[in-house]
Parts: sequence; structure tokens; C-alpha cells
Amino acid sequence: MTASIRRRKSVPTKRTGNGRHPLAKAPTGIAGLDEITNGGLPRGRPTLVCGGAGCGKTLLALEFLVRGALEYDEPGVFVSFEETPDELVANARSLGFDLEKLSARRRLLLDYVRLERNGLIESGDYDLEGLFVRLGHAIDTIGAKRVVLDTIERLFSGLSNAFVLRSELDRLFHWLKTKHVTAIVTGERVGEQLTRHGLEEYVSDCVIVLDQRVLEQSATRRLRILKYRGSSHGGNEMPFLIDDHGVSVLPITSLGLAHPASTAHLSTGIPGLDAMFGKKGYFRGNSVLVSGTAGTGKSSLASHFAEAACQRGERCLYLAFEESPDQIARNMRSIGLDLGRWLRRDLLRIHARRPTALGLEAHLVAIHRLIEDWQPRVVVMDPVTNMIAVGSEAEVKAMLARLIDFMKHRQITALFTSLTEGGGAAERTDLGVSSLMDVWMLLSNVEANGERNRAIQIVKARGMAHSNQVREFVMTDRGITLVDVSRRADGTVSIGSARGAQERLTRAGEPKSRHGSQSK
Amino acid sequence: MKNGARRTWRLRLYVAGQTPKSITALANLQRLCDTHLAGQYRIEVIDLATHPHLARRDDIVVLPTLVRQLPPPMRKIIGDLSNVERVLVGLDLQSRDGEE
Repeated sequence: MTASIRRRKSVPTKRTGNGRHPLAKAPTGIAGLDEITNGGLPRGRPTLVCGGAGCGKTLLALEFLVRGALEYDEPGVFVSFEETPDELVANARSLGFDLEKLSARRRLLLDYVRLERNGLIESGDYDLEGLFVRLGHAIDTIGAKRVVLDTIERLFSGLSNAFVLRSELDRLFHWLKTKHVTAIVTGERVGEQLTRHGLEEYVSDCVIVLDQRVLEQSATRRLRILKYRGSSHGGNEMPFLIDDHGVSVLPITSLGLAHPASTAHLSTGIPGLDAMFGKKGYFRGNSVLVSGTAGTGKSSLASHFAEAACQRGERCLYLAFEESPDQIARNMRSIGLDLGRWLRRDLLRIHARRPTALGLEAHLVAIHRLIEDWQPRVVVMDPVTNMIAVGSEAEVKAMLARLIDFMKHRQITALFTSLTEGGGAAERTDLGVSSLMDVWMLLSNVEANGERNRAIQIVKARGMAHSNQVREFVMTDRGITLVDVSRRADGTVSIGSARGAQERLTRAGEPKSRHGSQSK
Repeated sequence: MKNGARRTWRLRLYVAGQTPKSITALANLQRLCDTHLAGQYRIEVIDLATHPHLARRDDIVVLPTLVRQLPPPMRKIIGDLSNVERVLVGLDLQSRDGEE
């Protein structure tokens, strides 16, 4: 599947009864879940996964088994009390998993326990020994290391003696530990109760809660580690997604700030702009924010950066939220950038999607996947402010923080454009995201003397010497060109026609050699 | 019921080992059959402890489980069969007694 999954290594599996050692864990193989659990579920113990109907607990449990079988050489038994094997096979196929093939290879065993209330007549004492025998035999048959019980609470509707059931469930979970299987037990959440019949009393090591909500018209799934005995865990709710790649959990803080800081430089694609950064450009792995009001040239600046990356032979992923790939290519041709040739050579990929096409989390996952699958060195998001259409300001900021962490870890240099509303303070970014960025440039239209001229300034550039000047730039048919600074006698900078006048004035008063070759 | 007298009842009792519950269940079943089905029943005891694969094949979860194989339809009764009334209802024997 994706590169990150292939790279994922199994956590050491030695069993420790000693409190000084970290808890042994079984990696789930589910993207993101192992990161937020610091390595997976408690090995050899049951974990409770609960949530309302349709929250994705069955699919999460299925993926835990499939990944175990495929990636960690741990066969698994799935005992279903609800869905038939045919239904499970069909559901798993939507995630890209072939349960029939895994079953045929004896890496997976599906067992469907059917309990119909009408069909069973009770007479006297009974126990669940049949389930123990059945499960034990299934485990032994394929050498299972993982077990899923989905959802065992159904027994309560099939059998009337709740007292027996409770003591048998208690026995079952102890017995599972003696079988040294890592288990997921699912339970259905009802109102404020975690599970309908209080399964959490029996499963005390790890409890994961899933939830599905509709926020601002888009369905959002969230996952929370409610409890993880003996292990640190973030108690935050993490968005997660189920799509044709399976389950992906998007950790907000998993990557932290441990990324390497490169000292290699990357050209901005505009020589004059490179000069403003001490002739070098950005650092590799930088996050660059370009903000400005409509029509100030943000996309053009971004395209120059993309062009420069492709010229170096590096892959560039251009995420467009406003324009189609064709439109971008056409627009850039007008300033002399032929992005079409990079598209043809597959050095540039323009991925255009309306922000409202997906929820915020879905966008984030889609971007993660594009990056993992194609491994670009440079990413452009244009304009990131459009994401506000599908999330609140705080959510968009959190999403960007995650994305930036993710890209920094891969040493991907990213450029984000941000549309500023006219009339507001020029340095106000709509998302308050500037603090996340290493480099922040502000584009503006300067209106003076009946003219509208474009200006660029570097607001910040972490760890780099940079120019403090507001520079004028022009869009020519050979791209963006920064215009030389023309300083008045009082130290202020002239712009537009005033600059021309200033230059003529200066030339008149100074030796011709100084500016002659550069001015028009 | 026509031909009822000639039909053999086939009953299957699932247990796991010689536990008090399985011993009780078999004794209860035998007594009940002798009373109500004398000479026309066959009991097969399946010990899942020695044939664990049959638990899945026959969809057994609870033990002991009594299955009426014949006559159809199949019926399942769980427990040690100590409640005779319930077993008779489950086997559909009580109404027959009333008729005859």
C-alpha cells in the first residue's frame, strides 16, 4: 500500500510483567493509530472499541486483523455476532481487503455466531463453554495471535440469564489473556453509557471510543483513546477516516517538533526574490506562507516556485482549491511559465478539488495519501484559506499544523497561499496561521498617484537574513520580476511611475554607468 | 399425529467433558425420553472437548445444548434440562401428550 505502511516496523513483542518495562504492544497497522498509542494495542490483552451504530468499529476491528495477518505475521480470528461472513467479506472489499483469500490461506478465520431469541429454549443451568471451545479451536487451527469479538453484547439479547452471561464474560476475558491473543472486543454505545451491557467493566486495559458527528454539513469521524493502562496516550479526539485504503487516524500532535532542520537552500524561482533572502531562497523543509488580497499575484509566485522545483528535477505537487489544472496552466503561460511540460513529464501534478467536495479531515487524508504515494519534494497549496469553507478557523489551523508537521518530517518544502480580505489590516492572515510558518511574505497592491502597483515584502523568515524592504514587482511575459529599488533622497522608496520619475531624476544627477543598463 | 408411533426421535446433546452440568443434562434427558418417548428415541452425545470442530459446524455457543434433529423442524434447548416443562415445550412433546 503506501510507503509509510511498508516502512512501518513491528514493535518488540517481548512480554513484560515488570512494571519498569514499557507495556508490550501489538501494532495495529492502521495508519495513525499506532502513533497515538505509541506502538499499538496492549499485546496479549483485550481492548474495548465502542461507539454508536455505524461508527466504524467493525471495520476498524477487521483492519486490525487483516493488517496483523498481512504485515505482522499474526493470523486472526473474527467472531461475528452480527454480520454474516458474506456481509463481512463485502464490507472488507470496500476497504480493499480480500477476506476470502486470507481465509483460504489460513491467515484469517471468520466465524459467525447466530443467536436467535425465538429459536432457543432455556431449561436449567448453562454456560458459554461452547463459545470457549469454538474460539479455542479457531485460535489453534490457524495459530491466531489476534481475535475480534464483534459484538459479544449480542449474547445478552439471545440469552436471558444476564447473571450467567456476566460471569462467563469475565471468565472469557481472563481466558483470552491465557491464550496470549491480542483482542478487540466491540461494544455499542448507548447514550451516556460506553456499552449497552457494561463491557468496560471486564476490559480494563485499553478503551477506544469512536464517534461520528455531522459538523457544518460534513460527517466527521473521531477516535479517542479513553483509557490505556500503563501507557501514555493523548486524550484528544482524533479525526479519522474510512475509505478504500482502510482506516486512517490523523494524529494532531503525534509528530511533534522533532523534525530535522535543513540548511540547504531552495530557489524561490524568482531571482530577485532569492536576492531578498540573501541570494539563496528558502530553506529546504520550510513552510512558506504567501498572503495577499485578490489579484496580488499569489498563484504566480507559487507557480514560479513549482517551476523552479521541476527545473531541478524535483517532483512538485500543486493542490489547487480554486482553479482547474488547465486553467492554472493557461494562466501561467500568460506570464511565460510553461507548466504543461512538467505535467507531461510527471514532475508536476496539479490536484484540483473544490474545498467543499470533502470534509476537512477527508482533505487532510487525501493530501497525506497523495504525498505518501508520490513522494513529492515540494508542495503548493493554493489557496489554503478556501478550507475555511469546510471547517472553523480553529479546525483549519489544527489541520494545517498537522499537515506542516507531516511535511517537515519528510523534508518537503511547502508553499501556502492565503487570501486576505481587502480592507483589513494587511498583515492579518485569515487563519492566524502565520505562527506555523517559517517564511511569510506579504503581497499587496499599493495605490498611489492614480496607480495600482504590486509590492512584496518579507514579514518573517526564520533563521535567515532577509531584506526589510517593500519591493515592487511586475508581471511580465517572462514571469514575475522584482523591480530595482529606487530610493528618494529622504530614504522613502518610490513605486510605479514615481519610481520611474525618481530613476530619471537620479540618472540625471548621477554618472550614467550606475543605473543605465537596468532601467527601461 | 400420523405415524408418530413409528417415527424415531433423533436427539443430540452437546456437552464438553464430564462436567456436573453435562452429567445432569444427560440424566435428565434420558429420564424424560423414557417417560415420553419410550422405545422411539435415539440420543447422540457429542463431546466438544474431544470434537471441538463440531462447535462451529453446528453453531454451538452455550452448553449443554440439546438439538432435536428429527422430527423436523430442528429445535434447540439449552441448559441442564432440569426444568422438565420447558424441555417438553421445547421438544414439542407436551401438546402431543394432550392429544393422545
